Amino acid sequence: MTVTVLQFGGSNCDRDTVAALEHLGANAELIWYKDDIPAETSGIIVPGGFSYGDYLRAGSMAAQEPIMEQVREFAEAGEPVLGICNGAQILAEAGLVPGAFTVNESARFQCERIYVRVETTDSPFTAGFERGDVLELPIAHGEGRYEAEASLLERLDDEDRVLFRYCTAAGDVTDDANPNGSRLNIAGVLGPDRNVGVLMPHPERATLPDLGLTDGEGVLEDAFVTG
Amino acid sequence: MGEYTATVTVRLKGGVLDPEAATTQRALERLGFELETLRSANIYEIDLSASDEDEALERAEEMALRLLANPTIHDFDVEVTE
Repeated sequence: MTVTVLQFGGSNCDRDTVAALEHLGANAELIWYKDDIPAETSGIIVPGGFSYGDYLRAGSMAAQEPIMEQVREFAEAGEPVLGICNGAQILAEAGLVPGAFTVNESARFQCERIYVRVETTDSPFTAGFERGDVLELPIAHGEGRYEAEASLLERLDDEDRVLFRYCTAAGDVTDDANPNGSRLNIAGVLGPDRNVGVLMPHPERATLPDLGLTDGEGVLEDAFVTG
Repeated sequence: MGEYTATVTVRLKGGVLDPEAATTQRALERLGFELETLRSANIYEIDLSASDEDEALERAEEMALRLLANPTIHDFDVEVTE
C-alpha cells in the first residue's frame, strides 16, 4: 500500500506532499511521469507546481502525458485521486473533474492563507470532517479561479460535488472571502464518481506542525492513510 | 497533398472574466488612450500538409478541441489558407 505522488517537470510540491504523507504514517513514493504507476498504489496525488511552466494554460500540457491514462484507469477503478493546486489544474484539463481553473480575478499570483468550508463529507478527502467545518490553508496560485457554466454549477450543487468553498474564519461564504474570483467561491470539486477530488489550497503545506498550520492533515489522512 | 496554414483563434467565451485584458485596458487608459473595451485572444498559426482544405480544417479543429482551447472557457475559430 503506497501513495503515488506524481512528479512532472516543474512539479514543486511533490516532496512536500511526500513529507506530509510520511508524517501522517503513510508510505509515499515519488513517481516520475515517464515511469509507470506502481501496482501496489492505493492512492494517487497530483501535486502542486508549475508543470511545463504553465505554458498554454496551467496543467494543459501535463494533462496530455501518457501517464495520465494510467491515472484515468486508476480513477475508473474507484481508487482515490487528489489534485492539489497545479494537480487540480491538471486533473481539470484532463477532464477527470469538470470545470476549469483560470487566471485569478486579480491577474496576480497570490500566496496567502485563506479559509475554506467543508461542503460535503461524502468523499474520501472529507469523510473525517463535519459539513461546515472551516479549515485554514495556504494558497499559492496565479490560475485558481474556478470557472464553469451555470448548468454545471447547478449540477455540482445538486449532486453535492462541491468539496470546499472559500469562506471567512467564521465559515460564511462571502465575496470578500473569495481570494481569486472563483464561481460561487468554489475552491475544490469532485469528479462524477466522488473518488477524484481537486482543490487549489495546499493541505500538504498545512500538515507538518513546524509549518504553523495543521488543518490540512484531515484532507490527506482519510483518503491516503486510514482509508 | 497541399501545403496549408490553419489559423486558430482562441477567445474566452462571453461572460468569462478576462483579468489580463482588464489590466491591459487600465494600462492603456493610464497612457491616455480612450477605449470602450478590450478583449484578448490567442492566435496559433499551424502549417500542415493535407489532401485538401477540408482535411486541413478538420485537423486544425481537432487540435483546437484537444489542446489549444479549453471548451469550458473558450470559443475558437479556424481559418485555412493555402
